[in-house]
Amino acid sequence: MSQLLRSYLTVAMFGAIGVLLAALLLAISALVRPNRPNADKSKVYESGVDPIGDGWSQSQIRYYVFALLFVIFDVETVFIFPWATQLERYAGFGLLEMGIFVFVLLLGLVYAWRKGVLRWV
Amino acid sequence: MLATLPYWGVSLIRILGGIVAVLLPAGSIVYIFLFKMMSFMQSRLGPMEAGPYGSMQLFAEVGKWLQKEDLAPDGADKRLFKMAPLIVLASTFLLVAVVPFGPDAWFTNFEAGVFYALAVSSVSVLGILMAGWSSANKYSLMGGLRAAGQLIAYELPMVLAVIGVVIQAGTMNLQQIVVKQNNDKIFGLHFLGNPYILTQFVGFIVFMIAVQAELTQTPFDMPIAESELVSGYMTEYSGFRFLIFFIGEFATAGVFALIASALFLGGWGVPFSWFGWHNIGDVANWMNVVGPLIMFVKMMIVVFLIMWVRFSFPRFREDQLQRFAWKVLIPIALANIMLTAILKVAF
Repeated sequence: MSQLLRSYLTVAMFGAIGVLLAALLLAISALVRPNRPNADKSKVYESGVDPIGDGWSQSQIRYYVFALLFVIFDVETVFIFPWATQLERYAGFGLLEMGIFVFVLLLGLVYAWRKGVLRWV
Repeated sequence: MLATLPYWGVSLIRILGGIVAVLLPAGSIVYIFLFKMMSFMQSRLGPMEAGPYGSMQLFAEVGKWLQKEDLAPDGADKRLFKMAPLIVLASTFLLVAVVPFGPDAWFTNFEAGVFYALAVSSVSVLGILMAGWSSANKYSLMGGLRAAGQLIAYELPMVLAVIGVVIQAGTMNLQQIVVKQNNDKIFGLHFLGNPYILTQFVGFIVFMIAVQAELTQTPFDMPIAESELVSGYMTEYSGFRFLIFFIGEFATAGVFALIASALFLGGWGVPFSWFGWHNIGDVANWMNVVGPLIMFVKMMIVVFLIMWVRFSFPRFREDQLQRFAWKVLIPIALANIMLTAILKVAF
């Protein structure tokens, strides 16, 4: 196996060990903890009064716009990384190119700003 | 030494090392900073009964939590509800896999290590959103949504702040970034190496603010604001599943501090000129033992800063928090990238 694939094997093992460790501790806990369910215990907590309506209530959409904006910016920043590693080779040309790129990125931010998208209403 | 072992032996050592690298920082952070430093800052002693100066308090706590009943509310989506804490903890393990601890003491040696770290660090959002949604509780839902909104808003400044380091080092491999910092010179001076906190100070500040927000530590703890949301996305959790969230929070603080020290503070290395080394091949074998200790000390220093801020500042309001990320941190980080690039090309 190549070095890269072995690295990903290590990553898979680390993910598995994280889940297994927690599962092991939960299993130990299952041996010593009590289990006496009743209706009041399994009620949804709402500051001590009986819950009103469904827990999955509607909430404001304002998170959605921020999430969209994030996706756009995050994808664009990913493009900066390969350039950053090779800047020594590109020198002045790369600097100019990235200056234009970052300027366009900033333009997008300013546009969203002026449109009032960044305001929390 | 590692080279003579078979592959499964190396893997076993790596897994044990990974468990230590997650649990040891979490334990030390909770005892030293959360129990003791917080108490001293508030003019009290903190835990004193269990062991000398309460140092066994953690084990007592774990023993207590093990015996708590595992409850799930009636309306909850039970499978997601039980899975969420495991995902949060697993994301911490995935994150620690990229940190180098010595010339040979690394878990994975990705060419695009910085990329990997930034990608994996956002896995925990999934766990938090799952916890908030599956609880079928209004507080949890609000907390989960707030956490998701905050974590994605501060992901961007963090990514942009790291680009400055990548420009200076010319590589995304964390091991090589560490070597570069210890091998470079600053203004022709050799004795200090070139830890990027000196040349990327703006980047470091932006990175640390973003880390504070990613960890939902206090100035940015809107998702679990106890005075309005009870406990946010963790409201319905009890017993050991709650403790897993808690361990995950402080273990992630430790791992982010490890990454910050690898990126900005020179990582496991000492300035190479002290011993006449010139590249990673020259580094003596004992650095594999001393390196992790150096990393631990640097990690504690960085976490001290995080906790100091946590215990000192009042909470941001939700709109202030979003405004700060989008209108202050991102423009600063973009300006920092361009300035770094110009200086790099000019010199």
